[in-house]
Amino acid sequence: MSTRLFELMLWAAGKTVLLSAISIAIGLAIGLLVCAAKLSPRKLLSIPATIYVSLFRGVPLLVQLLLIYNLLPVLGIMVPSDVAAIAGLSLCTAAYQAENLRGGFNSVPRGLIEAADMVGMSPWQQLRRIRAPIAFRLTLPALVNEMILILKASSLISVVGVIELTRMAQNLSASTFRPLLFYSVAGAIYLVICWLVAGGGSLAERLMRTGSSR
Amino acid sequence: MSIDFSIVWQQLPQILSAFWNTIWIWIVATILAVLLGFVVAALRRYGPLWLNLLLRLYVEVIRGTPFLIQLFLLYFGGPFIGLSLEPIPAGLIGMTIYGSAYFSEIFRAGFAAIPPGHVEAAECVGLSRGQIVRRILVPEMAMLVLPQLVNMAIILMKETAILSIITVPELTLVVGAIGSQQYAFVEAMTMLALFYWALVEISGWLGRLAEKKLSKFRFAV
Repeated sequence: MSTRLFELMLWAAGKTVLLSAISIAIGLAIGLLVCAAKLSPRKLLSIPATIYVSLFRGVPLLVQLLLIYNLLPVLGIMVPSDVAAIAGLSLCTAAYQAENLRGGFNSVPRGLIEAADMVGMSPWQQLRRIRAPIAFRLTLPALVNEMILILKASSLISVVGVIELTRMAQNLSASTFRPLLFYSVAGAIYLVICWLVAGGGSLAERLMRTGSSR
Repeated sequence: MSIDFSIVWQQLPQILSAFWNTIWIWIVATILAVLLGFVVAALRRYGPLWLNLLLRLYVEVIRGTPFLIQLFLLYFGGPFIGLSLEPIPAGLIGMTIYGSAYFSEIFRAGFAAIPPGHVEAAECVGLSRGQIVRRILVPEMAMLVLPQLVNMAIILMKETAILSIITVPELTLVVGAIGSQQYAFVEAMTMLALFYWALVEISGWLGRLAEKKLSKFRFAV
């Protein structure tokens, strides 16, 4: 493989990382809202949130992507395929992240919240100083896991015409007639990215653990 | 554009055959992946060190790369090393390999969670190695790992949609094609999404039912 082609693969890998990162960030924001709605005592909020989570976790991502990509023009929304892909990935990961966050918030020890009550913290202070930091720390491993899942799942957006790592490998193997080479290189790049994210995740966990023991 | 669902129903025979493909490919691939995953986990635990390292690499590579890339390598790369497969066998093999890596990790955790005292006790009363595996390890582990096995099987159910990309005639491919031919792609995909949703919810419900039945046999730790 010439350097030029390898550079193209690396550029496409960058796009995969970029699109995944944006989707994870938007998904986290939506996930927080969905999680808050699901934990709410009001049925009007919790039931739609439950349906959202069940729906987006129960439908294959490929079907979601195909549907969103074709539904937007029908609704009169014309956006580039990159935006449609980010929308699809974000909506899907939001459902998984909402569940992870819910697990985190539910695992905050009751005693800590009672103690915060006793020292007269307002509900908002409790959320900001006790529940949210602890829930976030508990959710971090699941978040890193979700990042890796989305990095791999982003290969599916090649189907709706976004040029990312998988699509680039597809195009180059079609034009050079060397699928073994290009899919292996693409696989190796995915592997390295996933390892880097996993390594960064365990580093962050270790840093947070030393932070908490002080 | 109007939304018209009746179009999809006219193609029912085709859809039913695609549904059958989705279901049998899912079940066969899941069973094969569970068996292969168990063998990988057992060899990693009880085999020599070099084999453990080799299988660890296998598991890491499969789990660190997208399923789609693995399928492309097998289906489009295979013919270059003398492995020309039709879409359905390629999909079955790809899904078995993909699933086996995840199942082997579940079994690995299961092996580690079995209290060593149980195995030692079995050795003390004179059970052979084969008997220990058959009567202690496998039944105890089945109980421990069942929830994760069900979970992974459901993930594989959803992954069968990806097989449409290598032209396996399963639900997503057939329903998508009908939708395009009839200029009713959004309707077709909406029906498909609802259908997968129902399938996943029903499988999850059946899995929880099985867990409840089997949890009667929980052992003491």
